[in-house]
Formats: sequence, structure tokens, C-alpha cells
Amino acid sequence: MRYSGFRVIKEALTGHRGWGPAWRDPEPQPAYDIVIIGGGGHGLATAYYLASVYGQKRIAVLEKGWIGGGNVGRNTTIIRSNYLLDGNEPFYEFSLKLWEGLEQELNYNAMVSQRGILNLIHTDAQRDAFIRRGNAMILNGADAELLSTEQIKARYPFLNTENARFPIKGGLAQHRGGTVRHDAVAWGYARGADRLGVDIIQNCEVTGFVMEGGTCTGVETSRGTIKAAKVASCVAGSSSRVMEKAGMRLPIESHVLQAFVSEGLKPLLPGVITFGAGHFYCSQSDKGGLVFGGDIDGYNSYAQRGNLPVVEDVCEGGMAIFPNLGRARLLRMWGGIMDMSMDGSPIIDRTHVGGLYFNGGWCYGGFKATPASGYVYAHLLATGQPHPTATAYRFDRFNRGLMIDEKGMGNQPNLH
Amino acid sequence: MLINHPLLGPRDAAEFTYMGDASLIHRPDWQASDAAAQFADYGYLRDNPAGLHRELWFHEGGDRSWLVVTRDTTTHEITQVELARDVARREGRST
Repeated sequence: MRYSGFRVIKEALTGHRGWGPAWRDPEPQPAYDIVIIGGGGHGLATAYYLASVYGQKRIAVLEKGWIGGGNVGRNTTIIRSNYLLDGNEPFYEFSLKLWEGLEQELNYNAMVSQRGILNLIHTDAQRDAFIRRGNAMILNGADAELLSTEQIKARYPFLNTENARFPIKGGLAQHRGGTVRHDAVAWGYARGADRLGVDIIQNCEVTGFVMEGGTCTGVETSRGTIKAAKVASCVAGSSSRVMEKAGMRLPIESHVLQAFVSEGLKPLLPGVITFGAGHFYCSQSDKGGLVFGGDIDGYNSYAQRGNLPVVEDVCEGGMAIFPNLGRARLLRMWGGIMDMSMDGSPIIDRTHVGGLYFNGGWCYGGFKATPASGYVYAHLLATGQPHPTATAYRFDRFNRGLMIDEKGMGNQPNLH
Repeated sequence: MLINHPLLGPRDAAEFTYMGDASLIHRPDWQASDAAAQFADYGYLRDNPAGLHRELWFHEGGDRSWLVVTRDTTTHEITQVELARDVARREGRST
């Protein structure tokens, strides 16, 4: 069923009896060409692009719980492509371009809103670094603009530009950045993949890999054995737990990141602002809630909830730059589990096990990457070669000294 | 989280800096024939278990001792705290 304005009117006039489920609930087949483990945004996008762009058939997505129940429904919905390094920026710009055409392609309202993202500058050194980053973005076909304090005040008059420790001295804006309704991304890709024949199998936990002669030929699941020519793990947050079943140790630690939303307010914050120096960023959802967050808690965790010192730290950062935030009441706070990699960048690669592929290590930046992650993973699965924008995301980059370390922190996952 | 410091008693975890898996105590032998491979594993690969995890916490905002904390990563419950010095001695890494 195609969605359209006419369809909405027709259904409104006929009692909404014509809407069907957006995707099927199939029983798992005994064998597929490609099995994707993980029905999050990345896994569903991978299935969609495998079917739509690479013409693959007989694809299944296996999800332990329900689709979109993991990090794609727990993030703070920001999209952007404001990276510095060559290994990253072409990939994230590719992703942002896919976001721009996503809703028309999927025939699904994902509420892609290019309301702009602004990184605040507080020192001369930071201005130099941001100018360099902006130039790297422009060289890679992205947009970037350096804003003065006056330009920022005109758009965000409530910001405290005179904070004693972190006065706002300008900002780097990416006007094409913004926010997307995160659940709708999972649902839109699921519907798109399902219409192309992909089996989305929920409540199907992978409990092991089927190995024959050192090659992965399928998965053991809570709903029986499923054979597959190619098995693609796509479970960021739980990557180590899944790949351990194939005997792999990963360059990843799992950490908890907390996020927050205030009560609904009238329109206040037109774009996304990030106050990196104070570990705070914020946007306003279309429902009116201020959606904000900060740093990861900093210790290994699979608990999907954090501790109070980070709550205090995030709220202090918010109050320093955004004093009227203090008048809003906090509605909800929650945590999600991040694959924190050793250099802060993801891994999309085949593994040393034949037939077994890996996509993970997204740190806390996976949501914006969803379309490109799916696209380039589909490319790898279908062609056996990395996509041109993802050639740097290899497992062996750590041993070869080719880390993609945007923050220059070295192999300390909790500092990226 | 409260960390029950063996010398100082219960302390707020915010006083500490998290330094990763306690297996990092076991730095490889640089003279081994496969030292490069061993250091690559040591530097970059982690068990990252869901469940009990032995990990290093540095009391940066306190007495600057290093601790080995055994903590459940699914509940954050801390079940054992030792001085890293004692652990390293027991495991033959220090005198």
C-alpha cells in the first residue's frame, strides 16, 4: 500500500478500515542467501539496500526483541556530517545525502528536518580547529559556515554568550544537519524491505553460529537453525556478546550513554546546538520536548541505565549555556548501550571466518549513519568489496596503525 | 555507584577514573618473538563481558591508588574491591 495525502483523506472518509500492517510477520525459512542479525536501523537499512540497490533475494533480518527496540529508538535523533578525517567525512556526507532523499524513496514520513546544527566555539584554538574541520567538510562536498557571536545571538537570543569559563566566541554551523524521527526510520526501512520480499523475523534470538570447516553457514536461533550463505552481524551495543559466539574478541567496549527529554514546550530552540566543551547538546522535538544529552558514563555497562554524576554533569553544562533550561521540568531520562571502539570510529568488514560479516563499533554516532551504514554494508555483502566511502572501516586498521581517531584520544574507548 | 576502597572505605565512583579491563595488568613481554601480535591484542582487543567484569579504577580525586573492582556490567553491582598492587603481586606481575 502506498501512503499519500489522498490515501489519508480516503481512509478518513471510510472509517480507517483500509490500513493494513506495514510489514508481514513471517515464519523463518530453513535457509536464506543472506541473514542479517539485528533488526535495528542499520540492519533494516542493510536489508532494504540489499534488495533495492543490489538486487539480492532471500534475505532475512533476525531480531531478538521487536524491531526498532534498541538504540534506533533510544538516540537523540541528530543527523549531520561534520567530521574532519578522510576516513569518515565522505561516508557521513554520503549518509546525509541519503537522508535528504529518504522519505521519497521509502514513501514514508520520517520527519527529516534539516533545521541545522551549530557547534559552539569558546577559544581561539577551538576556532582554528573548527575552521579546519569546516574546510575539510567543504572539500568533501558537505556544507559548513563559520558564524560570529552576533549571528548566533540573532538565532539563539537565549544563549548565555558571557559565561565566565566558556564565553561563546562563534560557532561552526552545518545548515543541512538536523533531526529525524528515529522510530520512523526503523519502521520506514522495515516496510520498504518487507515490500521487496525481505523476511523480518522478530522475537528470534541468535544463540550461536553454524560452523562447517571454519566457514559460517548459518545461525542457531531461539526459533531453530537457519542456514545462510552469508551471515551479517549488525548489533551495535551487543557486538561483543554476539561475536563471542564465533570465538571473536573485538576492539570494542560497551558503555552506557544517557539521554534526557523535558516536558513539551512551545517552539524555543530552532536548531541543534552542541556545547562540546561543557558536554551538552540539545534540540527540540516536534512534540516540544527539549531532547538533550552529554557524555557517556565512562565504565563498561550493558545495563541501559546510568548513574547520577553524569546526570548532574549534563544538566550543569545545559544550565551554563542555556539558563532558561532550568525552568523546564525533566520528563524522562534513559540509557542506551554503545559499542565504543578503540578509535571512536566504526567497523564494517568481513571477518576472518568465511561467510561471516561485521558491522558495529558505532560509538554514540550510529543514528546519523543509518542510511549509509546500511548501504555500504549491503555493498560489502553483495560485491565482497568495501564501498568507496567505507574503505577505512577495516578490522586490521588498529594493527596497521591506521586508526581513524577524530578526537585524538588513542585506544581508550571511554574517551571517544 | 559507591566503591568500597580497601583503605578509605566507601567512596563515590565520581572520585575515580575508569581505566579499563583489569587484564591490562598483564602487559606482554616485549622480547617475545610474537611481541607485536601480543601488543596488538593487549592494546586493542577486549573481552567486554555482559556480567562480572574485573576492571581498573584509579582514585584520581583521592589517594591516587589503583583498584581492581569486580562489577556486574548488567546491574552495576560491585562485589569485590582490591588494591591493584595486591592483585599484581598475587599474579606475579610485581614484587
